[in-house]
Amino acid sequence: MEFAELIKTPRVDNVVLHRPFYPAVEGTLCLTGHHLILSSRQDNTEELWLLHSNIDAIDKRFVGPLGTIIIKCKDFRIIQLDIPGMEECLNIASSIEALSTLDSITLMYPFFYRPLFEVIEDGWHSFLPEQEFELYSSATSEWRLSYVNKEFGVCPSYPPIVIVPKSIDDEALRKVATFRHGGRFPVLSYYHKKNGMVIMRSGQPLTGTNGRRCKEDEKLINATLRAGKRGYIIDTRSLNVAQQARAKGGGFEQEAHYPQWRRIHKSIERYHILQDSLIKLVEACNDQTHNMDRWLSKLESSNWLTHIKEILTTACLAAQCIDREGASILIHGTEGTDSTLQVTSLAQIILEPRSRTIRGFEALIEREWLQAGHPFQQRCAQSAYCNSKQKWESPVFLLFLDCVWQILRQFPCSFEFNENFLIMLFEHAYASQFGTFLGNNESERCKLKLQQKTMSLWSWVNRPSELSKFTNPLFEANNLVIWPSVAPQSLQLWEGIFLRWNRSSKYLDEAYEEMVNIIEYNKKLQAKVNILRRQLAELETEDGVQESP
Amino acid sequence: MEHIRTPKVENVRLVDRISSKKAVLGTLYLTATHVIFVENAPDTRKETWILHSQISTIEKQATTATGCHLLIRCKNFQLLQLVIPQERDCHDVYISLIRLARPVKYEELYCFSFNPKLDKEERERGWTLIDLGEEYKRMGLPNDYWQLSDVNRDYRLCDSYPTELYVPRPATAHIIVGSSKFRSRRRFPALSYYYKENHASICRSSQPLSGFSARCLEDEQMLQAIRKANPGSDFIYVVDTRPKLNAMANRAAGKGYENEDNYSNIKFQFIGIENIHVMRNSLQKMLEVCELKSPSMSDFLWGLENSGWLRHIKAIMDAGIFIARAVAEEGASVLVHCSDGWDRTAQVCSVASLLLDPHYRTLKGFMVLIEKDWISFGHKFNHRYGNLDGDPKEISPVIDQFIECVWQLMGQFPCAFEFNERFLIHIQHHIYSCQFGNFLCNSQKERRELKIQERTYSLWAHLWKNRADYANPLFRADHSQAQGALRLPAAPCNFTYKFWSGMYNRFEKGLQPRQSVTDYLLAVKEESQQLEEELEALEERLEKIQRVQLDHSGVRSERREASKHPGFSTSDHSTANTPQDYSGNAKSFPSRSPSQGDEDSALILTQDNLKSSDPDLSANNSDQESGVEDLSCRSPSGGECAPSEDSGKDRDSDEAVFLTA
Repeated sequence: MEFAELIKTPRVDNVVLHRPFYPAVEGTLCLTGHHLILSSRQDNTEELWLLHSNIDAIDKRFVGPLGTIIIKCKDFRIIQLDIPGMEECLNIASSIEALSTLDSITLMYPFFYRPLFEVIEDGWHSFLPEQEFELYSSATSEWRLSYVNKEFGVCPSYPPIVIVPKSIDDEALRKVATFRHGGRFPVLSYYHKKNGMVIMRSGQPLTGTNGRRCKEDEKLINATLRAGKRGYIIDTRSLNVAQQARAKGGGFEQEAHYPQWRRIHKSIERYHILQDSLIKLVEACNDQTHNMDRWLSKLESSNWLTHIKEILTTACLAAQCIDREGASILIHGTEGTDSTLQVTSLAQIILEPRSRTIRGFEALIEREWLQAGHPFQQRCAQSAYCNSKQKWESPVFLLFLDCVWQILRQFPCSFEFNENFLIMLFEHAYASQFGTFLGNNESERCKLKLQQKTMSLWSWVNRPSELSKFTNPLFEANNLVIWPSVAPQSLQLWEGIFLRWNRSSKYLDEAYEEMVNIIEYNKKLQAKVNILRRQLAELETEDGVQESP
Repeated sequence: MEHIRTPKVENVRLVDRISSKKAVLGTLYLTATHVIFVENAPDTRKETWILHSQISTIEKQATTATGCHLLIRCKNFQLLQLVIPQERDCHDVYISLIRLARPVKYEELYCFSFNPKLDKEERERGWTLIDLGEEYKRMGLPNDYWQLSDVNRDYRLCDSYPTELYVPRPATAHIIVGSSKFRSRRRFPALSYYYKENHASICRSSQPLSGFSARCLEDEQMLQAIRKANPGSDFIYVVDTRPKLNAMANRAAGKGYENEDNYSNIKFQFIGIENIHVMRNSLQKMLEVCELKSPSMSDFLWGLENSGWLRHIKAIMDAGIFIARAVAEEGASVLVHCSDGWDRTAQVCSVASLLLDPHYRTLKGFMVLIEKDWISFGHKFNHRYGNLDGDPKEISPVIDQFIECVWQLMGQFPCAFEFNERFLIHIQHHIYSCQFGNFLCNSQKERRELKIQERTYSLWAHLWKNRADYANPLFRADHSQAQGALRLPAAPCNFTYKFWSGMYNRFEKGLQPRQSVTDYLLAVKEESQQLEEELEALEERLEKIQRVQLDHSGVRSERREASKHPGFSTSDHSTANTPQDYSGNAKSFPSRSPSQGDEDSALILTQDNLKSSDPDLSANNSDQESGVEDLSCRSPSGGECAPSEDSGKDRDSDEAVFLTA
């Protein structure tokens, strides 16, 4: 298919762009296969480059011959284009609609994008499972790498390499896979070096209504326990939901069959409930007309912060089991690809200082989200403005990022990255020139040959010039477990995401700049003082040598 | 002392509000000025001090098997839950506190016994730190349009006004006297703020006694004089800060508001700020939300909305913004009033001044602002904050709301204020503490009669002495946010108003951010300052040595290893950071293990490391104290910091409580 077929009018002059807090810009609108471009052809005026894949929905309006297109983006921005000429406007609108909803992944921009920067380190090879395993293997010999899923035959949503208990062979893994939803047998998610406790994750056990059991599954899970120790299974569904799942062949671990484990049910919402919550929240944030009571009421009824609280609480509980109770845990919900990953990854943010560094956080995303098979393609297909309401669309990853932001806000000096880093990840998960978030799992990514055909997001982010934008100037390595507060008083709306386009951030940006200046100045002074001290020391040694004879 | 029935009760338990299992055993003491709880734990002996004047309510709750429960709510939002073994002791404590918390004479208040060991001269100097005469000079007064009037000498015209007042030059004594007779409590229009850039002014008064039709020529002339004092505008705004309905109801009582037909060239405007009773109930409702044990997000947000608190804060801000705009952008003068002109009027005038004039956003300027719009203009501190026993219906968080408005602004303009959040919190604390004489009584007249300045100390001097603790590290006098008026967007912007947990939950340290950016940056700046000095010294020494070397004689000096970034290590600044109750259910974990070492308990720079500069603020309950070792004692150049005495106090007992399946 040629993009040209979809572009009936590639160019319109005298288009006026309206954005909140910016003066209107008049210029020429151009449509390309992947971008909507507005260029004023004047110096000093910023141009608009918008990826079609970032467009969530559009509205058209006509007043006489003047057409207006309102573009609503997946990053929640809303812009307005005034286009002279009814026909041009209709053409542009239909092109945008078609180009922003292309079916085929291989037509997406990452397959066409040619980077203008020099790749210093290929991000596709930055976080290999073998390297991650190395980090653990010095501390424990109870685990091994398994290649049982090499051809994605055992579990289509798992990566080819997973970490499992050493005492369990691949044959047993195959059997366990048939007992777990989507073949997602329990694998290692995190090893707590301090006390050797672990987080494992999986899909739900397929016990069904007749209480099916699987000896290998029981053996695998028990293999992770030390003698005399008990563990906890955190089911991210309420007991009620878990019981209902049995009717569809799913279920939960019966205590009788897993006597060394105690089950804890939490209820983290999933699917469209989260999507509805996002839609309501963004609507509330965009509505500037209402009064204070209505705002608070809409914020409350969106339930977004309730979801945040629930996810964070469960993650804290998991971390508490590991660090305070000295107990290993297994986490799953239904598929083990959504709420499960929110909990395992947030628990690591709390427990593991490395995951609060830039590199460590990237590794966490790579390990716990991309390789763990969170279906990004499905979940991030649409955002808050789309009416399609597909069951698989859900802001699971955004909720995770929001939770990280909440912890960052409570521990502003303990993270190497800043808020911008989280915002950037949100943007790229929904629309990107990089291939990292394409596909739903490793198997799909392999078939798409993303490594050969697209550029990794990490190749771009990890260049010093980019990193400097995402580095938190307040960062001081903190080797401790950090326990965030989950009280409602401590949780806030993430303004950097949800009010980003509805407020001017001028004064806050100035404050950030001031903060950077204070710290930079301190570092500069330190360097100067150190140089002088050294000079002095040298001079004085010379003196000493001269005096000693 | 005669009110203390029992000075000491042993084996009292202080219950942690968040988790009832976390209680500490200790001894309760009652003194003439404080309630003191001393923990038994021999290694800590942690003390919690509560001033009697901070006590808002005392509640005797049901007796249980463990003893008699006593709940003490404080005006600074501290909450103390005590369990006293013997019912009789509990009753004695209860009866004693009821009396002690409600003094009947000013002389019973703490400021008359508080002695910070300053000599007379220092005390007197303290009272001269803030000088309103100087402030009016700074505004550019007197000038061709405004003059100092002695019409209220000896408070003969209005006993709740100060003696020194600025009025428009054309307003003769006759006009002023006439106008004052036409205003509630004789509070005639007087100058609050003069904007010298364009001659526009903010004046304040009480409501006119207009009833349904009454008018007063002198009052009309008074307003005309205010208009003429601003040659740049041919009208003035008259802003009635009450809801229209309230103002209309007042007409039946012979009061009311200005009729535009009677006054030439005024633009009349209602701005609906609710009265003190509505505000008192609103705060009450919000505090109930803060007190909820493990509320859900919906409980909290619904409760916050239902309290109406943020709506009221916004109404006050909106009024201030309206006036600041009128003055700065339209160049029009504004007369502000409510009913008596000492509550809403004070709030609104001070918010507008703060928006208009960067001076009020400095440490000293903010003190001046409170001195000007609140203390001197007869805001009834004694009645509103219940310092002496009085009518509970007079109590209302009027200045608390103003302080919160400032905090909300600080969030929007992080570089515009010279002071930080701690400054606001400490001022709020001392408005209720009665430790200093500044906020005593209901008017300047009463304060002079009591000879406050000769008998008590000034808070302003105390705060000024500790100003390093109150600095906003992001403030620079030459920063653009520190210049001119603060301009706020016209859109409603409800979302910029936030719940202030740093104030209303300030004693619940677990709810606050665990690391404070402000304190971190203050420490960095302090270090930079020391580095600057060292740099200078080093350069000097280097030069000297080089010179001496030429002369062939060595000078030896001690050598120091260049320390790498020394100061801000996160580990030794301990504030207990234990996991909270993440389950919301009280069934305890079956295999509770003892705490696993301390490392993760240690966290830095908590926001409520309320600085040790203030004994009453820092010597509060145990949670409070674990962070008291303040940043200034962390030697920035050494990095070796003596472990705080408190470190390790409150870490314990992981409160691991889980929901059992």
